Amino acid sequence: MDLKIAYTIAQTHLLSKKKQTLVAMLGVTFGIAMFIVMISFMQGVNQFLEDSALDASPHVRIYKQLTSDRPSLIETLRPDGFNVIHHQKPKQELAKIKNGLVIARHIEAQPQVLGVSPQVSTQVFFNVGSVPIPGTLAGVDVLREEKLYRLSQRMKSGNIEDLRANANGVILGRLLARKLNLKVGDKVNVTSSTGGTALLRVVGVFSFGIQTVDDARGYVNMPKVQELIQKDANYITDLHIKMKDPLQAIDFGKQLARQYDYKVEDWAAANQAILAGEQIRGVMTFVVSFTLLVVAGFGIYNIMNMNVINKMKDIAILKATGFNGRDVVAVFLIQSMIIGLLGAILGVTIGFSLSYLLSVTPFDSGDFLAIDTFPVKFDVGYYLLGVAFGVITTVLAGYFPSKKAAKIDPVAVLRG
Amino acid sequence: MSAKMSPEKKSPVVLSATNVNKYFTDPVRFQVLKEITFEVQRGEFLSIVGKSGCGKSTLLYILSTMDTDYEGTIEMNGQRLTGLSQDTLAAFRNEHLGFVFQFHFLLPEFSVLQNVMLPALKLGKYPRKEVEHRAYEKLKLVDMQEHALKASAKLSGGQQQRVAIARALINDPTIVMGDEPTGNLDKKNSQMVFDIFKEIARENGQTIITVTHDPDFAAGGDRIIEMSDGAIISHGHENSVQ
Repeated sequence: MDLKIAYTIAQTHLLSKKKQTLVAMLGVTFGIAMFIVMISFMQGVNQFLEDSALDASPHVRIYKQLTSDRPSLIETLRPDGFNVIHHQKPKQELAKIKNGLVIARHIEAQPQVLGVSPQVSTQVFFNVGSVPIPGTLAGVDVLREEKLYRLSQRMKSGNIEDLRANANGVILGRLLARKLNLKVGDKVNVTSSTGGTALLRVVGVFSFGIQTVDDARGYVNMPKVQELIQKDANYITDLHIKMKDPLQAIDFGKQLARQYDYKVEDWAAANQAILAGEQIRGVMTFVVSFTLLVVAGFGIYNIMNMNVINKMKDIAILKATGFNGRDVVAVFLIQSMIIGLLGAILGVTIGFSLSYLLSVTPFDSGDFLAIDTFPVKFDVGYYLLGVAFGVITTVLAGYFPSKKAAKIDPVAVLRG
Repeated sequence: MSAKMSPEKKSPVVLSATNVNKYFTDPVRFQVLKEITFEVQRGEFLSIVGKSGCGKSTLLYILSTMDTDYEGTIEMNGQRLTGLSQDTLAAFRNEHLGFVFQFHFLLPEFSVLQNVMLPALKLGKYPRKEVEHRAYEKLKLVDMQEHALKASAKLSGGQQQRVAIARALINDPTIVMGDEPTGNLDKKNSQMVFDIFKEIARENGQTIITVTHDPDFAAGGDRIIEMSDGAIISHGHENSVQ
């Protein structure tokens, strides 16, 4: 009941100084609109990059890591000795996953796994005339690859079925095909690092929308790569695993690492650059938004302070006629809250409009990403957060002037 | 009404001040009020007079409960007010005291009616409709009912002062206090304010305490307390009522 009177008084005060109210409100509005636009855009970028990365890369990848950091024989034998070993060479070993196909079958049987694609991956040169252009050939079972990466939806031309039908077929990345000046039906000569050569026929062109993939990768049938590098049909270098839920990949990866003596890499580790960028953008968004809101808060603080000074006489009368300190605090706090709430609602509306405009603005990212407009994420959570921010800021900004108002000594004012 | 005074029987005391002392400490310690002791009876129209700086306004603000920085005790309506919290005193003011100031302090953004209604809405004793009705009654008493919906800033000084009186009366306070209520008014308006005070004291048994410089105004009341240099020099004898 007391709040109702306080509200009436607050409302009258606000309406009698419309311009001042509007200015105070616009401070909040601007802060929150920018907050909404920034967070929607930044999160949109994050989401887009993450989706692209998740789409185009395996959730978990198992491969054999060839390193030279093996313990030397002498150190194993005499660990306490004074051993000087200089420039140890890696021992000759194959990048092969032993029993790769068996392991693949085993992993695929796990309920949380969507699919496993065993691959033979090798570095090659594509020869265009006399110019060798480096790239990667992935020997795959194209149907498994389809299951993992929805390859058929990413085809720019040609058909994945043609790869199965043609033992010498190759599906090239869009940028690689352009660099090599190849179209579907053309032939290309490849040389492996071990010296093997093969003549492949281009049966399709794909695009994942990620430069590093589209610029280097070609898919061929697994036996063709095994033949090119002169290995047997059990020679597998990579296992690509897709989970039903990408978030399970990290735990599942750890489990696999314990089970098998191979390098296990989950998507988060493989895409650290993207995730780091995401964190930086997140921090930036909050820093800028927070600054904007603090500035708006100070604006409100100033206006409310002025308001209290202008209203000293009124406050004295209210107190003289029996309103207590809490009533006076309520009157001014309600004013800030109204300013904050209306400002926030307006800010959210403007923020939404700007975000929408941004989301339909054409954006040419070149070959780096497959994207036509700015990525913007629309999430109700951000809007609620914006309103909450606005109200909290204004309540804080209004609290101190209100406290000051409550402390005004009516006698000093009324006696003049 | 029951509050009508009879000459034989003394009416009950509604306000008593006992040994009130007050000091100003800025710039130097200075005693403004010295051992003020007096009583006011129900329905009494009391004026406090004295030269500027004699402490009469200071005394009034202590009586108003807004100034709590004093020594001695104040009792009103049989309740000891000295030492109570600000919030309790605010509630007490709301219910038992009405104020009329020299500069007709109305809230400028509010209408005349709202100004009068606010203290009653705060009291919360009556529903809003009833409060509005009562506010109209009080405005009628000061002959301002036709201006009820005007913005209070649009009124003349005399009109504002009459609205301020209506506001002071809205909760039917035991005591109405005035700090130079006619100090800023012309003869005609002063007379009107005086008549209203006189009427409510007689009709409703409400006590009036005013600080005034106006000798005619003071002379028309029941009793005059005269102050000089922070002390009461004359308690005045009670004029025979009527």
